[in-house]
Amino acid sequence: MKVIVPIKRVVDYNVKIRVKSDQTGVDLANVKMSMNPFDEIAIEEAVRLKEAGKITEVIAVSIGAAQATETIRTALAMGADRGILVKTDEMVEPINVAKILKAIIDAEKPDLAILGKQAIDDDCNQTGQMLAALLGWPQGTFASKVEFDGDKLLLTREIDGGLQTLKLNMPAVITTDLRLNEPRYASLPNIMKAKKKPIDEKTPEDYGVTIKTHLEVLKVTEPPVRSAGIKVESVEQLVAKLKEAGVIG
Amino acid sequence: MTTLVIAEHNTVKLNDATAKTVTAATKIGADVHVLVVGSGVDAVAEAASKIDGVAKVIVADDAIYAHPLAENLAALVVGMAGSYDAIVSPATTIGKNFMPRVAALLDVAQISEIQGVVSADTFERPIYAGNAVQTVKSKDAKKVITVRTTAFAAAGQGGSAAIEKVAAGDQPGLSEWVSENLTKSDRPELTSAKIIISGGRGMQSGDNFHMLDSIADKLGAAVGASRAAVDAGFVPNDYQVGQTGKVVAPELYIAVGISGAIQHLAGMKDSKVIVAINKDEEAPIFQVADFGLVADLFTAVPELDAELGKLGL
Repeated sequence: MKVIVPIKRVVDYNVKIRVKSDQTGVDLANVKMSMNPFDEIAIEEAVRLKEAGKITEVIAVSIGAAQATETIRTALAMGADRGILVKTDEMVEPINVAKILKAIIDAEKPDLAILGKQAIDDDCNQTGQMLAALLGWPQGTFASKVEFDGDKLLLTREIDGGLQTLKLNMPAVITTDLRLNEPRYASLPNIMKAKKKPIDEKTPEDYGVTIKTHLEVLKVTEPPVRSAGIKVESVEQLVAKLKEAGVIG
Repeated sequence: MTTLVIAEHNTVKLNDATAKTVTAATKIGADVHVLVVGSGVDAVAEAASKIDGVAKVIVADDAIYAHPLAENLAALVVGMAGSYDAIVSPATTIGKNFMPRVAALLDVAQISEIQGVVSADTFERPIYAGNAVQTVKSKDAKKVITVRTTAFAAAGQGGSAAIEKVAAGDQPGLSEWVSENLTKSDRPELTSAKIIISGGRGMQSGDNFHMLDSIADKLGAAVGASRAAVDAGFVPNDYQVGQTGKVVAPELYIAVGISGAIQHLAGMKDSKVIVAINKDEEAPIFQVADFGLVADLFTAVPELDAELGKLGL
């Protein structure tokens, strides 16, 4: 049984981003890039399933510029077996990502695809659901627990009011939420080993996918800045201010 | 031009995320229809028909919709999509789950969590956890959109839309609902509460969170938490306010023992009035607070409780 884990190279979550002054986007020059944190959780889950003997192979896939190879190496160091880089310098919208991933899945025939629930750059939260739709597979989004139940999956997911458990047919698409697991740090020997693991380099054309632009980004701006207010000296003063503002009493 | 809004409800009650989504849909500029999908949802359909600006309510009432499975919802909505130029849903966990599936089946993009409508095809949405705002123009003939409901006021009451029933759509049979474990509370829901009091890692334990309960009861507030407090196991995950939890924008947000990590600020910085109580005067939360109190929460919280008591709350 194989698992495919798509991963994305994004601005590291600790970086305070800067909007470019010409409003064309966010400044990515000389900014630390890392694997999207939700994707790290996806890799970790796949590797744990392999360690538990439930699956046999973990394939990490990234779509993007040549530097995404580094992100794939990180996944290989965490325990993925091999990588596929679909190289493109274009901005690839989630619907196009889903089409490329569908083509890879048609070729590789995995039993599961595990994705991060969203990328922390565009915050779209779409790719997993779109992939499931294109494949005609069930989806278990925002997963906090994944168990096998015979030939089905028992999946616990985070919903607005609490937790929900679903039973999914296989093959299936899973998207990860924060509490699914805590990703490991790759050890030095594993980082060395990862250098020898294979990474196939492909293009969207290899998979017969033409990238079509659905959304045109007109501008990217800073959000309105909230100015700091005042410090109050006591609880009494605080309550008086809140009454004045008309929000209590 | 007609826009279809997918109603959010819990079978018995219409969630006010729906009325907020109707406001966003109205700004797109077309007739607005509301689709209510569920099992035994007459009362919800009735409530939806009273929202101002709704021209028609369509009800798909069937046992297969007793639980909102993404595969079933998407199949139904895609089947109806021919009559609509835009399909809009609140960006709740239900909307986020099935809407991208709808978009993919229609071969269009989804525009996620819009916070502004510039025109019928141009929208503003937050990226990088709200640290930047992207204005995007859709080239798709059919638009699939989720709405960040905190950015829109609820549409008023007073409508009297016709209610029309439709047959259930396909049931792909790919998944089944097993169980749900919902946190029970008599307090308002975080996403609709007018006042929220949240605790952070500074609360030190789950027991200490009960200190906030008494204040919440006096103010009719919901109780929330930062991710740090959730990760420390003080309170369940559904308390979480932040980029990865719930995005809220109440009239009053009281942050107690919360340092103000970017990820928390992303979830509450649009609140009208923000109060921060923290003993560390350098805490970033003070940079967004209208009223900051540098104090040990373990003395300030009981004092606040007592002061509110004096007001007869």
